[in-house]
Amino acid sequence: MIELDDVTLRSGPFVLANVSAVVPAGAYCVLMGETGRGKTTILEAICGLRPVAAGRILLDGTDVTRWKPAARNIGYVPQDLALFPTMTVREHLEFALRLRNATAATIRARVDELADVLDIGPLLGRRMQGLSGGESQRVALGRALSFRPRLLLLDEPLNALDESTRDRLCELLRTVHRTGDLTTLHITHNRAEAAQVAERLLILADGTLRQRPLGDLQLLDSATSTFSTAAARN
Amino acid sequence: MTGNAVPTPLNSGAAEAAGPAARHRVGSDVPFFIYLGGVGGSYILLILLMLAADLTYTSPADFATALEKPEIQYSIRLTLISCTISALLAVLVATPLGYLLSRFAFRGRWLIDTIVDIPIVLPPLVIGLSLLILFNRTAVGIYAERRLEDYFGLRITFAEPAVVLAQFSVACAFAVQTMRVTFDQIDTRAEQVSLTLGCRRSQAFLHVTMPQAWRGIIAALTIAWARSLGEFGPILVFAGATRMKTEVLSTTVFLELSVGQLEAAVAVSLLMVLTAVGVLSVVRLVGTRVTA
Repeated sequence: MIELDDVTLRSGPFVLANVSAVVPAGAYCVLMGETGRGKTTILEAICGLRPVAAGRILLDGTDVTRWKPAARNIGYVPQDLALFPTMTVREHLEFALRLRNATAATIRARVDELADVLDIGPLLGRRMQGLSGGESQRVALGRALSFRPRLLLLDEPLNALDESTRDRLCELLRTVHRTGDLTTLHITHNRAEAAQVAERLLILADGTLRQRPLGDLQLLDSATSTFSTAAARN
Repeated sequence: MTGNAVPTPLNSGAAEAAGPAARHRVGSDVPFFIYLGGVGGSYILLILLMLAADLTYTSPADFATALEKPEIQYSIRLTLISCTISALLAVLVATPLGYLLSRFAFRGRWLIDTIVDIPIVLPPLVIGLSLLILFNRTAVGIYAERRLEDYFGLRITFAEPAVVLAQFSVACAFAVQTMRVTFDQIDTRAEQVSLTLGCRRSQAFLHVTMPQAWRGIIAALTIAWARSLGEFGPILVFAGATRMKTEVLSTTVFLELSVGQLEAAVAVSLLMVLTAVGVLSVVRLVGTRVTA
């Protein structure tokens, strides 16, 4: 479970004040809203990469507001993926497990399992240069899942992918969410993508984070990625 | 057939006016390239002319005579060893300092920035003078000098360690600048993600950032080595110019000149050019291999 309790985030002149929200344990929640309103900032704050000016962040009931990112055990796929340019695909999948001093056998088993689920077995020896968009996304997802986190945060993970790749990855995300017993928070601008994966919908509009019924997806203006004011204000 | 500049239908004004859209006259790129090549090339020419002038003033015989002198052989050895030690020390210090200045905003960073630049803007002679006073006229320096002599039998001032220290003091500032730019150019995002994967900051630095910094480390090493080779003023003041003791190649040129041995001075100068080109080429080659 992810709980934001009256959280205020500051980044230069940008302020997002008094945000509260709950993502129940096991839920697949999609976070939508206009560009530049702080969706990524919220995700980074949950990861611990951005300091919280006021309020608390609770994960599974524990206050982690002052915890280091490493201690939070959150799988994070940032928008730019931020893959490690000097590592192979295999090394990406092994990275978090090595940090946890997992045995060689455990690491090998987990890498094989992830390579199988994510369908990146043939890529294991490759470096990041030359991977396609969809392949890179799956490597970033594998890296985030490798250490079996309880929470998965995805920042526009399927951006810039063609429609069929996007559909396949949406299915993959659902499978991973279900089989990994995960609580997932997924930022997207894409209504079809949201409709495909979401069990819950959070909308960030006018500096307020609100839970909305899934039906509100229909009110999203697909051309401008904004919600009609009726949806935001109600 | 097309030798004369006769207007053809394509470039004649009448055709332009008659065409669907007036053709935009782009003009030639040649003057621009003449400017680039001419202005840039004048500097290359100056360097080559200087080297050519040196060459006309020496002969293979002069070269051989100079290389046979035990003083000059000693000087070559000390130069190679001291430059390598100071370059390695410079990169060892510049890596954490450059990382600190690149990644963290802290109170007083501007002051650290300014202090690091002091050795770059100061006349080299002043660095030597400052080192001399530090180790011979201040309590801290005199204490350090004594302790080192007691424990390791090492003297600093007017001895070999002074050569390394004088070279390091200037070379390190250049290495810090290089390392700082290197870390500035490495995206911080991968490092941040590694923190969410379970890294301490030191692990993120070692496993994620440092492997991306190889090219910068090689560059810093090269610059520090080259600076050390060219160092003269601080060495003269702080280490002295004692033959077979603190004489490096730049000192040799000065010593040979001062006794009127112009041919030997020129031969040693050319030797420095060759050494520099050799070392820089090897380092660059290794650098491209490592980062390829």
